Amino acid sequence: MGEHNSDITPNESTPPGPGASEPILELHGVYKRFGPLEVLKGIDLAIAPGKTLVILGASGSGKSVMLKILIGLLKPDRGEVCFHGRRIDDLREHDLVDARGRMGFVFQMGALFDSLSVTENIAFPLREQRNLSDAEIERIVRDKLRSVGLDRLGPEFPTQISGGQRKRVAIARALVTDPEVVFFDEPTTGLDPIRADVMNELVIKLRNELHVTAVVVTHDMASAYKIADRIVMLHEGRLIFDGTAEQIRSSADQRVRDFVEGRASASDLETIKTRR
Amino acid sequence: MPMTVTPYLARLGVKTLDQVEGFGQFNVFFAHALRTIPSVFTRRGWQTLLPQVYAIGVASVPVLLVTGLFVGMVLAVQTVEQFQAVGLEDRMGTIINLTVLRELGPVLSAVMLAGRVGGALAAELGTMRVTEQIDALRAMGTDPVRYLVVPRFLSTLLLTPVLTLYSILLASLGGWYITVQIYGIRSYAYWKHAAEAIEWWDFMTGILKSLLFGGALGIIACYKGFTCEPGAKGVGRAATESFVASFVAILVLDFLISVFLQALYRGIFGFKSVF
Repeated sequence: MGEHNSDITPNESTPPGPGASEPILELHGVYKRFGPLEVLKGIDLAIAPGKTLVILGASGSGKSVMLKILIGLLKPDRGEVCFHGRRIDDLREHDLVDARGRMGFVFQMGALFDSLSVTENIAFPLREQRNLSDAEIERIVRDKLRSVGLDRLGPEFPTQISGGQRKRVAIARALVTDPEVVFFDEPTTGLDPIRADVMNELVIKLRNELHVTAVVVTHDMASAYKIADRIVMLHEGRLIFDGTAEQIRSSADQRVRDFVEGRASASDLETIKTRR
Repeated sequence: MPMTVTPYLARLGVKTLDQVEGFGQFNVFFAHALRTIPSVFTRRGWQTLLPQVYAIGVASVPVLLVTGLFVGMVLAVQTVEQFQAVGLEDRMGTIINLTVLRELGPVLSAVMLAGRVGGALAAELGTMRVTEQIDALRAMGTDPVRYLVVPRFLSTLLLTPVLTLYSILLASLGGWYITVQIYGIRSYAYWKHAAEAIEWWDFMTGILKSLLFGGALGIIACYKGFTCEPGAKGVGRAATESFVASFVAILVLDFLISVFLQALYRGIFGFKSVF
């Protein structure tokens, strides 16, 4: 198993998670366009539970769109999205609440609510979804803040903390309902190498200690190598690679090699020369 | 048809379809907000409503008072000499109070709120959309219309009439000050004729207008925020469009309500002269 040129099939080589062999999430022939722009051109993908899947791809390749389709924030124009074998892409917003209660989403810039403090942000999903006492919510929030190494934070507002802290607060908020699957949209973007590695360790901790399924969108190769059980790569709306970190390093596909090695393609260089 | 006309017609067609589609989406959004209103009658609902009551209502009181005061004073300055010329200066209370109660009070208060509150709401919600906070709400299984729109819509709907009453009160006092203190007309005449001319119908007209204006500016501001284009330019445009659309809606509603209520009044009570 390794690279594919087109119409890649779900990776069968990925070992199933402990006690579960059925995929937790599946995409079948997912197609999405915005106006004349075709973003996804028929994606098939099965995501194993308890594992970390990394989705690679250049900027604008459709990674974030794919992530938002997986959680139902965007509807595919064609194709199906299944969660635990049940189709969710045709559900109405109200009917998606149950599925979303079992998922967490860490947005690229955190998407913390400006008007709420750090603790209020983390407590928000509990107050909305669970019928818990204030004391119980307080205990869970403290626990989650500790788990992301921010136990000294609390009454501060999102504008008063650093970018790295905001991302960790966003992770704590995504984890507060103990979801089965967490989606990360470029978790290391904008962070220095040390903070980026803290994020990587947090993702690894999720898998190892909590057996959470993680789906991570990134173009940070160092992060991908460190956290991925499986890597897929999107290119011009199609999956062109599906394999492990080892396999992507030795890929013969020029498009994959250019991306992994951070090398501008011949056509990109030609464009720059022409414009000059 | 000449070839050069075709692209213009095509663009006109696309623009028209966009406008119709936008209007349809606005109505779906409005219907969703109306359906979700009962959610406010919960503990969580009150917790989201009260901060908006403060931000939209309490914080708007000073600017509405100033608006009302100056509207009343300007109205008096503009009319008092004309009334003196025909010997009707004792009726100044009638014209000032009826005008601000039925027309100027509701319209100018709503326009002021469309600028102060509507623009701020559109910018706030637009920023939340651009920074994915609205997506974050949906990802957590929370209906953003219930959490964000309903408290803001209810606050503008219910507080605009209250704020308008404050404004009308100050307009009446402003008119009295100019008429009585500056032009020396009898205070007794000012209030007596005002009390004789104003009926419950006039009072209810003002309240009904401000209720509908408040609801319109609230839902328009929320819709513009929710459909904001990306970037700082998108947020700025949402705030501007919110004010312009609210302003037009207020004027159109004002005309329609005035025509409807006047016809209704005539049908029930017949013609009424204020003199």
